[in-house]
Amino acid sequence: MEQSAYKPGEHPNLPPPSNTVGPIAWVRANLISSPTNIVLTVLSIWFLYEIIPATLEWAFMDAAFTGESRDECRAKAGGACWAFIGERFNLFTYGFYPADERWRIDLAFVLLCVALLPVLWDRCPFRKYGLYFACAFPFISGWLLLGGFGLMPVDTDEFGGFMLTLVIGVTGITFSLPIGIILALGRQSDMPIVRVFSIWFIEFFRGVPLITLLFVASTMLNYFLPTGTTFDLLLRVLIMVTLFASAYMAEVIRGGLQALPRGQYEAADSMGLKYWTSMRLIILPQALKISIPGIVNTFIGLYKDTTLVIIIGLLDPLGVGRSSLADTKWTGLSNEMYLFVAIFFFISCFGMSRYSLYLEKKLATGYER
Amino acid sequence: MAEVAVSPQRNAISRLWNDKESRSVIIQIITISLVFAFLAYIIHNAVVNLQAIGKGFSYNFLWQPSSYDINQHLIEYNSRSTHFRAMLVGILNTILVAICGIVLASIVGFVLGVLRLSKNWIVNRLAYCYIEYVRNVPVLLHILLVHGLIVHAFPVPRQAISIGDLTFMTNRGIFSPKPLYEPLFLVVVVLFLLGLAFMWWFRRYAQKVQDETGQHYPVFWIGLGAIVGVPLVSFFLLGSPITWDVPELKGFNFTGGMVVRPEFIALLLALSLYTAAFIGEIVRAGILGVYYGQTEASYALGINRGRSLSLVVIPQALRIIVPPLTSQYLNLMKNSSLAVAIGYMDIVATIGGISLNQTGREMECMIIVLALYLVMSLIISMIMNWYNKRIKLVER
Amino acid sequence: MNESANKSNGNPEREIVIVIRKMHKWYGQFHVLKDINLNVERGEKIVICGPSGSGKSTLIRCINRLEEHQDGEIIVDGTELTNDLKNVELVRREVGMVFQHFNLFPHLTVLDNCTLAPIWVRKEPREEAEATAMEYLERVKIPDQANKFPGQLSGGQQQRVAIARSLCMKPRVMLFDEPTSALDPEMIKEVLDVMIELAKGGMTMLCVTHEMGFAKTVADRVIFMDEGEIIEQNKPHEFFDNPQHDRTKLFLSQILNH
Repeated sequence: MEQSAYKPGEHPNLPPPSNTVGPIAWVRANLISSPTNIVLTVLSIWFLYEIIPATLEWAFMDAAFTGESRDECRAKAGGACWAFIGERFNLFTYGFYPADERWRIDLAFVLLCVALLPVLWDRCPFRKYGLYFACAFPFISGWLLLGGFGLMPVDTDEFGGFMLTLVIGVTGITFSLPIGIILALGRQSDMPIVRVFSIWFIEFFRGVPLITLLFVASTMLNYFLPTGTTFDLLLRVLIMVTLFASAYMAEVIRGGLQALPRGQYEAADSMGLKYWTSMRLIILPQALKISIPGIVNTFIGLYKDTTLVIIIGLLDPLGVGRSSLADTKWTGLSNEMYLFVAIFFFISCFGMSRYSLYLEKKLATGYER
Repeated sequence: MAEVAVSPQRNAISRLWNDKESRSVIIQIITISLVFAFLAYIIHNAVVNLQAIGKGFSYNFLWQPSSYDINQHLIEYNSRSTHFRAMLVGILNTILVAICGIVLASIVGFVLGVLRLSKNWIVNRLAYCYIEYVRNVPVLLHILLVHGLIVHAFPVPRQAISIGDLTFMTNRGIFSPKPLYEPLFLVVVVLFLLGLAFMWWFRRYAQKVQDETGQHYPVFWIGLGAIVGVPLVSFFLLGSPITWDVPELKGFNFTGGMVVRPEFIALLLALSLYTAAFIGEIVRAGILGVYYGQTEASYALGINRGRSLSLVVIPQALRIIVPPLTSQYLNLMKNSSLAVAIGYMDIVATIGGISLNQTGREMECMIIVLALYLVMSLIISMIMNWYNKRIKLVER
Repeated sequence: MNESANKSNGNPEREIVIVIRKMHKWYGQFHVLKDINLNVERGEKIVICGPSGSGKSTLIRCINRLEEHQDGEIIVDGTELTNDLKNVELVRREVGMVFQHFNLFPHLTVLDNCTLAPIWVRKEPREEAEATAMEYLERVKIPDQANKFPGQLSGGQQQRVAIARSLCMKPRVMLFDEPTSALDPEMIKEVLDVMIELAKGGMTMLCVTHEMGFAKTVADRVIFMDEGEIIEQNKPHEFFDNPQHDRTKLFLSQILNH
């Protein structure tokens, strides 16, 4: 047997062989480890080579950032015409909201950020008061946006753009969460009738597309109200969106309720807590925490679905964009418009999904052991 | 012994409320009356309102001529057909795009999932970027964008992109030759069906032989021969009993052949590429969910990579994958209703759109539309539940 | 068979806290508990043992109605357990329970776990509840962990918190459902020590456990259950030294000789 160079117990730590570390080894392991891999790498690089320079050229190098119309843009450069977005930016953001009153939207947006802070960040100072504010926020902002009580009233027909997206999204999430909780508890109930109604409600709203519900809202909801009363299209849309989202929310929360060990329910019972007390203090705080990622995902879905309102004639950013394209000055610039709106949605949705991922990781460690 | 059960004396109402069973009955009675009172209220309102404007509630309009055209119809249809027939056309169009979309989305999604697991860094990142971009942008935007691209980027019929002078890609759709079957073609079909039947039997037979003797048959190759080879050979022996109706350019458009409309292509591509991104993540999570210990165990038993995937990893991954996959299929089906935005004539656009506007029967039309979607959701859920149960049984 | 046992607790001066008479329970078609008759005196310590699936956990879970019995009666401290929710509440206030898997509330600190029921069920002011809680946490020897979350404690510490949490309700009876089975061997002792301490203090205890050492030192009576029946009950030394029934002998030989 060959003798080791070192005595037992005296072997030092040696560096690894040079061909297993460093950039070359990384390339070898990650890009060209097998013939298939080489083919894939080459194909991908070719693909990137085809796409990226052309896109960059179109979007930046060859783009026109100023101009009064499409023709002016085209005269300057052959690429994208961002002047269009620039000119319509206020429309994209505020819709047709009266120009003098737009500060109200800005203020509501700032308040939204303030309200979100304690909700999203669990180490926020004065979190308790922040959460109270967050609960009050939908009503405060409702007053700000609609006016009345000292502010100039603004008709909901004039809502539009990103502001409309946020209005529908925020209303949907705030009201669908409590309704979803009630439905989830109803679905878990021992009482057959309560359970059956909850299931019907949930399955109905999950079984039909949102667009049909929006059609219902726009065409026939008024039939179900007492004669002579009408209410505003936006309000009808908000009701439908909320009910729709709460059905999904209910299923997410049900998942959380089922994920709790039975022992938690039993321990609460054995201490003599009443049903609602044990739900409020023991079960829901834990179940909601488990279902936060699902809740955020539902919210992302809801947020993206707000674009559907263009089909019944409300003007969200996509709607604003499409109507702007009808202007002969700017006709044919659909790529720029779609890209702009896509970027807006991408940034907000990607941000939310990152946040939910971060929470998921945090929860995963928090529940260990 | 001196123990007596003494319940504190309370009045009758308090006793009823504090008894578990009677309390549950009370709550349920309250619930049911509230729900029915609400339903009665809105139905009453509806009746009153409909009477006030002189509209009844009737489905007679379904049998009147629809007087509008639908450019893609899988069954015979023209503007003199009834609204009912228009609805059928819409249903078939929805089903067509949903089924094609589900198939395409599954394939692309599975590939994406595998690419996301690839050890190749560039491929992995590309798949990641694709998935994140697609998932975080509304599906309606994808549909409009793809539709816009097809309409703007493809040439007018006169400058069609021609593939071998047989298939033409234009902004009015893809025109391709239409097969006209001769009677002898039936033989080929029969042989193909026989091949399927044989394959079904042979797989069980091969399994039995393997169980009894340990001998393996090359099931795949024999099956390929039976299902594809034999019909193909017979097709040529019979002298190719198909003729093709090739599309021709007449005036401003093509006539003859088959046409796939740009609306259909746009909807199909957008829906399936969108859903594929979600499926890709589901597949990835499913495979990661079983990966390490299980594959290591099967490697340790000396089972090779392919077999350990097909025998160990995939059966277990499917169990994780199927439930979220079901909801993705349901989403795809429901999202197909966005067809209305680009003028693809599905359920919503036919009976819930033009028919509704022409007849003014909002209530009747919307009830039909909602009911149809509920039925379709139910069918997809049932199929997937059945499949889910089956793979669960296989697992045990 | 039950004569000696009945004699042993037939002392007329002692108050009887729990009465179980002709009690039956089914899970669907499965008859889990068959004709259970049991009287528990104040201050008595009872250890219930038996093979798994014999119904011993179900029995003590019936005593605070985590499980409902279908026939017979259970009277705890003069209150009969029926569908009457007020009675159930009343009983649960007086009966503490310790679970195999602790079932601490992971989202609350140790102190909040302990004060929750006193505040919400007994309606005590927070300060008072916290003072009581600290007292009991000291008694189970972990006052320094009061502001940690359960997830940060070891299994043995968690179980001691669970005991303290039950004690904060100042119960008259404590039920223990295999309190040491989910613990690592080195942590069993610290939990048993707390339980022995509690027994010395005169608490009425019903304890499902396989710790025969504990049974020998603490129990007034050992009950052996199998297939839903009480097979044998006796004072510990007689139970272990001179089992009457074949099934008891078999069970004892299986758990003691290995």
